[in-house]
Formats: sequence, structure tokens, C-alpha cells
Amino acid sequence: MKRFLETINVRELLQPLAQMILFSLGSGAVLSVIVILLALLLDQTAAGQFLLERNKVTILTYTLVNLPQVVLDGLTIGFVYAAIALGYTMVYGVLEFINFAHSEIFAVGAFVGVEFLILLKSFEIIPATSLFMSYLWLIAAILAAMFVAGLLAVSVERIAYRPLRGAPRLVPLISAIGVSFFLQDAIRLIESLTTGQFHRIIPSFGNFDERLVFSKIALGASTIELGIQVKSIIVIVAAMLMLIGLNYLVNATKVGRAIRAVAQDRSTASLMGIDVNRIISLTFLIGGTLGGAAGVLYALKFTRIDPFVGFFPGLKAFTAAVLGGIGNLTGALLGGIVLGMLETFAGAYMSAFTMGAAGAEYKDIFAFSILILVLIFRPHGLMGENVTQKA
Amino acid sequence: MSKISQLLNNFMQKIGQGYTPYFITLLHIVIGASLVYASPRSTISFLFLLVAMAEIYYFKMRTEFKIIAVIILMLGIMPILGLRNIFYLEVIFQISVFSALALGLNIVVGFAGLLNLGYAAFYAVGAYLWGFFGSQQFYLLHETPGTAPVGTPFFLPQDYFYLFLILGAIVAALIGLLLGLPVLRVRGDYLAIVTLGFGEVIRVLANNLDKPLNLTNGPQGITPIQRPSLSPEVLDGFNSLFNGLIGRKVSEGELYNVFFYILSLLIIAVIILIARNLEDSKIGRAWTAIREDETAAIAMGIPLVKMKLAAFAVGASFAGTMGVLVAASRTFVSPESFSFMQSIGVLTMVILGGVGSIPGVILGAAVVTILNLQILQGFSLYLSELRQSDAVIPLINFAWRDLSTQLDPAKYQRLLFGLILILMMIFRPAGLIPAERRKRQPAETKSE
Repeated sequence: MKRFLETINVRELLQPLAQMILFSLGSGAVLSVIVILLALLLDQTAAGQFLLERNKVTILTYTLVNLPQVVLDGLTIGFVYAAIALGYTMVYGVLEFINFAHSEIFAVGAFVGVEFLILLKSFEIIPATSLFMSYLWLIAAILAAMFVAGLLAVSVERIAYRPLRGAPRLVPLISAIGVSFFLQDAIRLIESLTTGQFHRIIPSFGNFDERLVFSKIALGASTIELGIQVKSIIVIVAAMLMLIGLNYLVNATKVGRAIRAVAQDRSTASLMGIDVNRIISLTFLIGGTLGGAAGVLYALKFTRIDPFVGFFPGLKAFTAAVLGGIGNLTGALLGGIVLGMLETFAGAYMSAFTMGAAGAEYKDIFAFSILILVLIFRPHGLMGENVTQKA
Repeated sequence: MSKISQLLNNFMQKIGQGYTPYFITLLHIVIGASLVYASPRSTISFLFLLVAMAEIYYFKMRTEFKIIAVIILMLGIMPILGLRNIFYLEVIFQISVFSALALGLNIVVGFAGLLNLGYAAFYAVGAYLWGFFGSQQFYLLHETPGTAPVGTPFFLPQDYFYLFLILGAIVAALIGLLLGLPVLRVRGDYLAIVTLGFGEVIRVLANNLDKPLNLTNGPQGITPIQRPSLSPEVLDGFNSLFNGLIGRKVSEGELYNVFFYILSLLIIAVIILIARNLEDSKIGRAWTAIREDETAAIAMGIPLVKMKLAAFAVGASFAGTMGVLVAASRTFVSPESFSFMQSIGVLTMVILGGVGSIPGVILGAAVVTILNLQILQGFSLYLSELRQSDAVIPLINFAWRDLSTQLDPAKYQRLLFGLILILMMIFRPAGLIPAERRKRQPAETKSE
């Protein structure tokens, strides 16, 4: 036991944890300051008056009261994005190729997990179990989703990408778009043939829907409860565990070293005795399992899924990967958290700050605008090194 | 296998000589036209007639004959047949709209090698341009959607439509330039994602710009949009000329169908001309150079950004014109018509037909449109008939009646597009009719 413990590289476990906390606190703090400053600026203007008339609060109180909730929500969605973004970034790191179908791997994971839980419900195993068992079943659902999504990702690589390796850059990308579209309708076909519908809702069980309330704040006539849902905590913790695990795998194990070697230089790595095809498969497997698990977490948080559920989270996770510097694991983490925060802040405050002219419906294009801005001004992302295109 | 193909080759050579091709083509057109005339509802006879187009393209015949044959077939025979079954006009109208879109995308993807996944956005720009100026929307800027007062006048007279065909191209090209300026510096695969994002931005804007100013009428879309005027004399004249052939009086709406059909063919002819001339021009060769090797192209003194911008603008302008045309012919625009799936649909046409190949792209547009409108929907109808019958699949004892109503092949376009994209990329990346230039060059070198 002692020898086993000695082989664990504690630094590689603690470092990502510290990074996550730092990124979360940092982005939360920076955005909060910006929002508060904006609120101060707008307090005396028409926007402030507008809110005062409609909701009977000053814009500053409104901002401050909502702030903790917004930060927590942003953190939850940010970790989901980070988990998906890792799939993009790993594949990009190894193959220099945008795995467009990753968002559908994510959707497949969500469906597997939800169908698994629905099956349990039809056998009346849930929701009538102890709290401990319901957590175990949730973990089982996540594992099932990881398994299927991982296998699917590997087979997609085998069938649709491997034959195209070495072709011009756009060829595998177009194939990946094809896979993405194909999988969307394949999920829809399978779901509607077996269940007669393709919208699925995750059954509620355990204490996941409960809210832990920290405090209550009186605001005008109404009171605002400040709290966090149990499932948000589960999402954050599960995503953190996966991210730490992945970081450890890539940075502190032999397999991880092989992955990094292949990413750096494929032909040299193969000269060193690394089976490049196996490592590429493995990369897809890891990315797929992470995506699948993220799918279940997403379904847990947002309850309702459909076959096209992967599109927006997928694009945003890609944006997150680019924002952090694609090919860079820590970057994907940072990008995911920052993007989740930005988006939630935009969704929460844009309506109030623009007098209702531009509300939460613009939060999707907010992410794209960030993507476009990043690509123009800092194409290597926040943390990526300035790499030029390989010839 | 090789024996069969040799036989086939010999056969093709034999019928491709002398006057045989002229004879076969004419016979084909006559038989096909009479078949469709006799049984207007039969899909097979319609497809049979369309194959004549392929013959005209492939056989060795004098160019003058080819052009005349196409004109007679498309402008003389088709409208008459189409008036006996208006669906055919719709099919060909859609084919030419999508051909124009595919030709535009082909300039960006095929000639210049830039993957644009948000192409439907330019189409949307054209459609909403005429949608806004050709409807009452200008006077509804401060109304909530769906509350148009009765008797609101139209903003512009209906014949401004023709001006907007050109304006649509110009505005779409300008938007293409605006988008291209910042993003064309990013690398190929990033460009794909950025354009995708741009496409979504335009769609979300169209969906939500009903406040603060009601520019797009939100998700409901703008309707009615004006069509260009057709005077009653034209209708009367048309009726007196063709009454005998069609067998009944043609209504104004049907004549509009014919009108937009012919207009779309004229536009597509212009677009083909432009695309062909561009391909062989200095600009076209610059695009090819950029596509094949950017670094070498720069070394040759090709102004990279300028040329890429030109490709973006020209591609966008085709879509803009078609947007105006479609907005007028449908008298309705809504954000759904410009989704990501539309962009991928057009990309599928380009990939299927042959990247960079003008006849290929048109073939791709025709095949995908016919698959969509005729084959998939026919299959849907067939399934729903089976569902109502008592038929049972033997062996597994499955009653068709129990088949889920969700299984509607017409709605599974994504499956179709996805399969086409994957299979083409793996087995025939150059497309059904590969571009001429590609044939001449040696096999693609591996870039690792």
C-alpha cells in the first residue's frame, strides 16, 4: 500500500485542483467587478430608471442580489463545457483535426444515461431507493454512458476518419460534419422507433432536485433565496473528478506520455516504438468517455434532452477549447469555465442593462462573438503557445 | 467487371458517333415529354425526361444544337408539362435555386478552398432584404409581431423587385466582405467554425429582431411579400395561346409559378456564365493556386486576402440574388429556412456533384433536391400507405400498422446529408463529375 502511494504523483493531482479553483474564483471575480461597475454606470441612466419602474429595485441592488446565483450557475455550466472541450482539445492536439461529431458523442452519452435511468424506473428500482443507492445508480448511468460513448467515438474514428488520414485538411472535417448529421438522425430514428418519441426527460429520483438554501434576501416585495441545487454540486464535483483524472492520465502516466509524444510528432513517436494508431484510438476513447459523462451531467442539470441537444453545447465547448488555446488541456478547462461564466452573466444581465431590448435569447450568439473575436485577435487562445501551421 | 465496362465503353462509343446522339436525344425528349404529358403524376416518367439533360451534356454534339435543345426542353416543353402537374415546376424551380446556391458555395469551397458552413446566412440576407422592403414591414417597425393594422400600404411598388435582384447580390456581397475581412486570416478549419457561428448569428438575429425595432417580425416571419406585377393581358395571352395544349384555363397563381420558374432559369444561366468565366480568368487561377498551396500562392505574388475576399463576395452575391427571388416567389420569409441544415444541404450538393466542377455541382443540386422532394417524400407516402393497410412483414411477423408514426423518411434529411458526406469523402472525394483540372493533376500528395 505504501509503495503504491509513493508511485502516485501528488503534484499532478493537486495542481489541476488548484487551477480549477483559481480559474473559477478569478473569472467569477473579474466578471462580478465588471458587472457591478456597469451597474454603477447605468444607475442614473434610462436603463436604471426602467428597472426601477418595472421591478421596484435599483439596478445596483438587482445586480448584487443576483450575483452569487449567477456565479454558481455559470460555474456549473462552465464545468460541463470544460468536460466536453477536453474531448475536442485532445483530438485536436493529436490529429490537428476538429472532431465535429464530438457534440453527437455527447448527445449519445446523454441518451444512454437517461434511457438507463428510465429503464430503472420502469423496473421500479428508482425512485424508491435509499439515498446512497440512488447515488450509486446515477454513477452507474454515467459509467454506462461513458462506455457507450467511448466505444462510439472509437468506431467513428475507425470508420470515418482513419481512411482519410493524410488527405487535405478539409476532407476529414467534412466527413466529421457528415458523421455529426448522421448521428443526430440515427439517435432520432432509434429513439422514435423504440419509444415512439425522441424527447426524453430524465426521471427525478434521489435528492438531486433539492435546493440547499444558504440565506434569504428581501428585495422589494419579494424575497430571493440564495442557494444551490444538489445536482449542480454533483455536476461540478463529477466534472472536477474527471478533469483531475484526465490530467493525471495525460501528465503522469506512461500512456499519457505516449499521447503527448504522438501529439508532438507523430512519425518520431512511431519510430520510438509507440503504436500511433492505438494511441489515436485511445485519444478518441478518452474524449468520448468524457463527452458521454458530460452528456449525463448535462441531462441531469437540464432534465430534457432531444437528439439535437449536442449542437449548442458542442459548439460552445469548441469555443471554450479555442478560447483556452486548442490542444492545451489546462486551456480547455479555463476556456470552459470562462465561457460558462460569460454566457450566464450575459444571459442574466443583458436584459436589465439594455432595457429589455436584448435579452437572454442572445446568449448563444454571445458565445460565437467571443469565438470570432478570439480567432481574430488571439488565434492561439489564452494559454496556447503561438504555433504556426504545420506544412 | 472489366469486360462489362469495356463492352459499355464500346457501346457508348458506338452511339456517340455521327448523327446517332442527335437522334437518340431527340427521341428521348419526345418520348419523355409525351410520357409526362400522358401521365402527369408519374415520378418515373418525369425522371426519365430529366435524364435527357444528362444526354445533352455527355453526348458529342454541336454546341449550338445542345443550347437549342436545352432551351426547347426547359422553356418550351417543361412549362406546359409543369402546368399539368405544378409540382414539377416546383421541383425544377428548387433545383435551380439550389444550383445557384451550390454554384455560389462552389466558388468559395471549390475554387478557393475555403470551407463556409454559414452559407445560408447570405441567402437569408437577400431574402430578408426584399422581405423588408417588398412588404409592409417598414410601416410596422413599432408594432408587435402579428398585429398589422388592416390596410397598411406596401413600402415599395412591386416592380422594384427587379432592382432588388441586383441589390440583393450587392448587399450580400458587402456582408460577405464585412465577414471576410476579419475572419479570412484564420486557418481553414477555424474558418469553417467561424462561418458556422456567423450563420447562427444571422439566424438568431432574424429570430429576435422584432424588438426594439420590429425589423424581421421575429419567428413568425414576414408575409405577405410582393411579387413583380404580371398584367392581365399576359395571362389572357398565355391562356389563348396554350389553352389547347394544357386543356384548361391557367390561373394567375399558376402563371406566377411559370414566371418564377423561367426567371430562375435565366438567373441560373447568368450565374453559370459568370462562374465559368471566373474559373478560367486570372482570378480563377489565383483561387486555384490558393486552394492548392497558400504559401506558394503568396510567393507567386497573389494578393491572398484580396482574392479570398473576392471569392467570399462572389459566392455570397449568388446567394443574395436567390434569396430575393425565393422571398418573392414564396411571398414569405421566416428564420427557419436559413438554418445550419440549409448550409449543410448546399455543401452536400457541392460535395456530391464534385468540388470545383460546375456541371457536377448542378448535378449534385438536382440529385439532392430530387431525393428530398420526390424520393424521400414518395417513400414517406408509401410507408403511410403501408401503415394503413393490413400488410405484415413475413418472417418477423411485424405488422406495418404498428410502425411508429415518427418514422417519416421525409424528415430524415440529416441522415441523408450525413451519409452522402461521409461516403463521398471516403470513396469519391472528387465528386460524381470531378472538376476538369483535378483530372489532369497527379494524385493528391499526402500532407503530413
